[in-house]
Amino acid sequence: MTALPTRKLEAWRYTDLKNLAAISFTEAKPAKIVAPLPDLGIPRIVFVNGSYNAALSTPPEFMSPFVKVVDESVLPLVQINAAHAHDGVTIDVPANIDAGAVLLISYANTEMPIAFHPRHRVVLGAGAKLTIIEVAMGQGVYWHNPVTDITLHEGAALGHYRLQDESTEAFHLATIRAQISATAAYESFSLVIGAKLSRAEFHATLTGPNASTHLNAAQLLRGRQHADFTSVVAHKAPTCASRQTVKSVLSDHSRGVFQGRIEVAQIAQKTDGYQMNQALLLSPHAEIDIKPELEIFADDVKCSHGATIGALDPEQIFYLRSRGIPEDQARSILIRAFLTEALEPVTHEAARIFLEDAIETWWARK
Amino acid sequence: MAAVIETLETVDALAAQKYKYGFETNIAMDAFPKGLNEDIVRLISAKKDEPEWMLEWRLKAYALWRTMDEPDWARIKHPPIDYENLYYYAAPSGPAPKSLEDVDPELLKMYDKLGIPLNERAALAGVESPNVAVDAVFDSVSVATTFRETLSKSGVIFCPISEAVREHPDLVKQYLGSVVSIGDNFFSALNSAVFSDGSFVFIPKGVRCPMELSTYFRINARNTGQFERTLIIAAEGASVSYLEGCTAPMRDENQLHAAVVELVALDDAKIKYSTVQNWYPGDADGKGGIYNFVTKRGACRGSRSKISWTQVETGSAITWKYPSCILQGDNSVGEFYSVALTHNYQQADTGTKMIHIGKNTTSTIISKGISAGHSNNTYRGLVKILPGASGARNFTQCDSLLIGDQCGAHTVPYIESRNMSAKVEHEATTSKIAEDQLFYCRSRGLSEEDAVGLIVNGFCKDVLKELPMEFAVEAQKLLAVSLEGSVG
Amino acid sequence: MLEIKNLSASIGDKEILRGVNLVVPDGEIHAIMGPNGAGKSTLSYVLSGREGYEVTGGSAFYNGQDLLAMEPEERATAGVFLAFQYPVELPGVGNANFIRTALNSVRRARGEAELDAVAFLKLARSAIKSLSMPDDMLKRNVNVGFSGGEKKRNEVLQMALLQPGFAILDETDSGLDIDALKIVADGVNALRGAKFSALVITHYQRLLDHIVPDYVHVLAAGKIVRSGGPELALELEARGYAGLEAA
Repeated sequence: MTALPTRKLEAWRYTDLKNLAAISFTEAKPAKIVAPLPDLGIPRIVFVNGSYNAALSTPPEFMSPFVKVVDESVLPLVQINAAHAHDGVTIDVPANIDAGAVLLISYANTEMPIAFHPRHRVVLGAGAKLTIIEVAMGQGVYWHNPVTDITLHEGAALGHYRLQDESTEAFHLATIRAQISATAAYESFSLVIGAKLSRAEFHATLTGPNASTHLNAAQLLRGRQHADFTSVVAHKAPTCASRQTVKSVLSDHSRGVFQGRIEVAQIAQKTDGYQMNQALLLSPHAEIDIKPELEIFADDVKCSHGATIGALDPEQIFYLRSRGIPEDQARSILIRAFLTEALEPVTHEAARIFLEDAIETWWARK
Repeated sequence: MAAVIETLETVDALAAQKYKYGFETNIAMDAFPKGLNEDIVRLISAKKDEPEWMLEWRLKAYALWRTMDEPDWARIKHPPIDYENLYYYAAPSGPAPKSLEDVDPELLKMYDKLGIPLNERAALAGVESPNVAVDAVFDSVSVATTFRETLSKSGVIFCPISEAVREHPDLVKQYLGSVVSIGDNFFSALNSAVFSDGSFVFIPKGVRCPMELSTYFRINARNTGQFERTLIIAAEGASVSYLEGCTAPMRDENQLHAAVVELVALDDAKIKYSTVQNWYPGDADGKGGIYNFVTKRGACRGSRSKISWTQVETGSAITWKYPSCILQGDNSVGEFYSVALTHNYQQADTGTKMIHIGKNTTSTIISKGISAGHSNNTYRGLVKILPGASGARNFTQCDSLLIGDQCGAHTVPYIESRNMSAKVEHEATTSKIAEDQLFYCRSRGLSEEDAVGLIVNGFCKDVLKELPMEFAVEAQKLLAVSLEGSVG
Repeated sequence: MLEIKNLSASIGDKEILRGVNLVVPDGEIHAIMGPNGAGKSTLSYVLSGREGYEVTGGSAFYNGQDLLAMEPEERATAGVFLAFQYPVELPGVGNANFIRTALNSVRRARGEAELDAVAFLKLARSAIKSLSMPDDMLKRNVNVGFSGGEKKRNEVLQMALLQPGFAILDETDSGLDIDALKIVADGVNALRGAKFSALVITHYQRLLDHIVPDYVHVLAAGKIVRSGGPELALELEARGYAGLEAA
């Protein structure tokens, strides 16, 4: 098996997988479902301990079974996934079809440590539309290492909204690769509240003129959780736009990481690239590490990134309290407001309500 | 408008010149054999008449260097440097000059041609500009240090570091390597083993240095590396402004410059360190030029101390330098103001580290990168807030400007915060000169090249204004000249 | 009734209030005037519980409750309202949501049922109308992008909806044109009644033409140095504060 990446690799300088490397994993067994699975009244695809569960699923149109592929990626986690993937979902929406929304659930429940490496593929034909609401959840010690490959043909639009609410003993290392053709749009938002250690690594490539993407995220962490949001946006065609707003709310001993790189090739004139990373530290023991990178080889571009790190503003808290709002609620209001901008790409109503509920749940859990 | 006219005049005046410092001085030189081994280190130490402890320090550095690899994380590419094919020591022949009268007239002519005032009377005759004391380092040795007597009246020590090792061993022992340790990196280890000269400055308690201090570095000899070492200490309440300039002849081969600069500021001390780096950048095809691998770091050890770095980097084929501040003292302040301009095939990977350790420490980073031709220009920086740095503040602004579509501009900031009461703000932008700005200038009669020079100077204004006045004018000229041939 | 006894407070090492004595019975409006740096804003912040002020002596009771021992939100739900001199901006927080959350906290404390969004909007719209404010005030983020006058009117809107028993207006008139000043004054006057009292902090007589106080106090160097009827404000306007510090 390909070795896990170590901190010696620049891309992994802030996330250490030694605790994962120390675990020996066993074969997954069929699992009991102890928590109710989300139901949004839309087609639902359910994986349990890494395997497709037909009984719990109400598959959407255009879904086909898993096919193993050859993958020559240099990314260690993708290599590991390629070697071990035995299941996953493929959705192939023909041109000019609006395929509506689908809920994709990964549920895990295990007594012994298990690892699963699903490989998902989503292809949208020219002008096709789809919304995917993805939820990862579970109990116990496990390693979820999904790779999702997305291909959007000309003018296609994919809304991809992810809730990572894994067991707080689990490792979640997701890789999402998106090829975005001319005028296509990949809109994504990830809400990270679960896992002991997690990383979502996006590689979005804008391959045709006027392609666009949002890669937004919110990481809400407590205890000793560690979450890493890493993105590489490659502008390989002119007049494309990429937008990233990533917000971290860190309490207790948690640690948040944001690494984002915008690459602009020489041909990609008139690129509009933007990254904003903001972190709220709610505890004296929390830590944030940020590395926003610009790598630019075209001259007629507008690229910027910004970062701010700080605590909640005591003036704002006092203002709310002076109106009779209890301190805890005042903090919650300010944190919700802080997150608003990151949720912007979530235009699907049910998805938005679902994610906002998840934020409320997170706040109430403490 | 004055600045506009000045810039235009500058561009006109220098239009015909490219690298005007590229001449070579013919002078009898002593050099040690090529290559590096323990014997060379011993020879350098013996040549400098060094005490045993200094030799031991060098040998330790040499042994460490042998075990280290060149850093590979910067965005620079170059053929392997053959460390065995370099001269590590080169100096004008004969005994060391005791005074200006003893200095080889060819050398004096060269400094005159470079516009460096080594004659105190001539400098004193200057009515408008304040006096500047100069330490002139030529290849491996300091050839002259001016105004030493004037300075010593206020207790300021300003001398070649080789002399300080002999005359002020306690100060050197206490501070040398205390900010940049021998093994900090490959180049600092190399420098520690073979450094041959550089400047030493000590400003005693409560003294405000009565004049600007400067060191002028000149690489002349072929196949010779320059490894200078600078150490500046400002005691409690002291303050000093220090300037550094560098040039080298035009040569087809690459030459290595690996310097180490250490600054120490005690309670309430202030050090302002300004650099205009104009080493030979190589020709339009990327042939020749200096490889500039420099470690510069300041320690704000005392409360309320302040270290401010300002750099204008227009020269060198490769620039690899990160003037940094360790903000140890409570309420200490670190600043980094930088303009890095790359043209033709130059490569710059430069930035800073601000390490916040003490309470209420503040740092400001303003970086302006300009890329033209086929060059690559990278800002790389680290802002680190440690758990004890309550109330720390950082503000960073990093702007890149691209001229032409064959060059690259890169920004790689690292921000790490472990204190909730700290506030960090970072902004970075990349853009090109706007067509409407260019058109506006040209519709007022400026040539495209003049317009670019003007706009670039405006882009760099926030940094240039931090330079001492006479340096600022020089830097403005340099920016315009360095951009020649970048448009049209 | 508000009773302040011998109240002293400092910021850091600096003593700002040096023994303030003041009683504001229900139904009355008292004005506090005084030169810059007299401690007027400190008094309002100490009464509303802002951090950074150390009470070094004395007491402040409202309707028998020890204000100084209460959290800021407890003081608010007990009926104390501060109209800020510099209202705070809350990016991302909708004004309607903010005021409704506040109102429901206050209503809970009074044992009243909480209002749902529809009922609240109805109430808020009528308040907005009676204060001649633009409708979009509710849709915007709290004070974000508001002009100085709009921020002050937003304070008055909150006061109108929260119906406090005791309001402190901290230089609410500063930066207002005459129309906005009238709106603010109308807002306060509309609340006037047997169960409402207020402390109007101002630098100028102008506001007191529109909110006529029952008593005027002069605060100088951290103490109340003079008290009198509304005519005292006129006198101060004519003669200035010079010489009062020594009194």
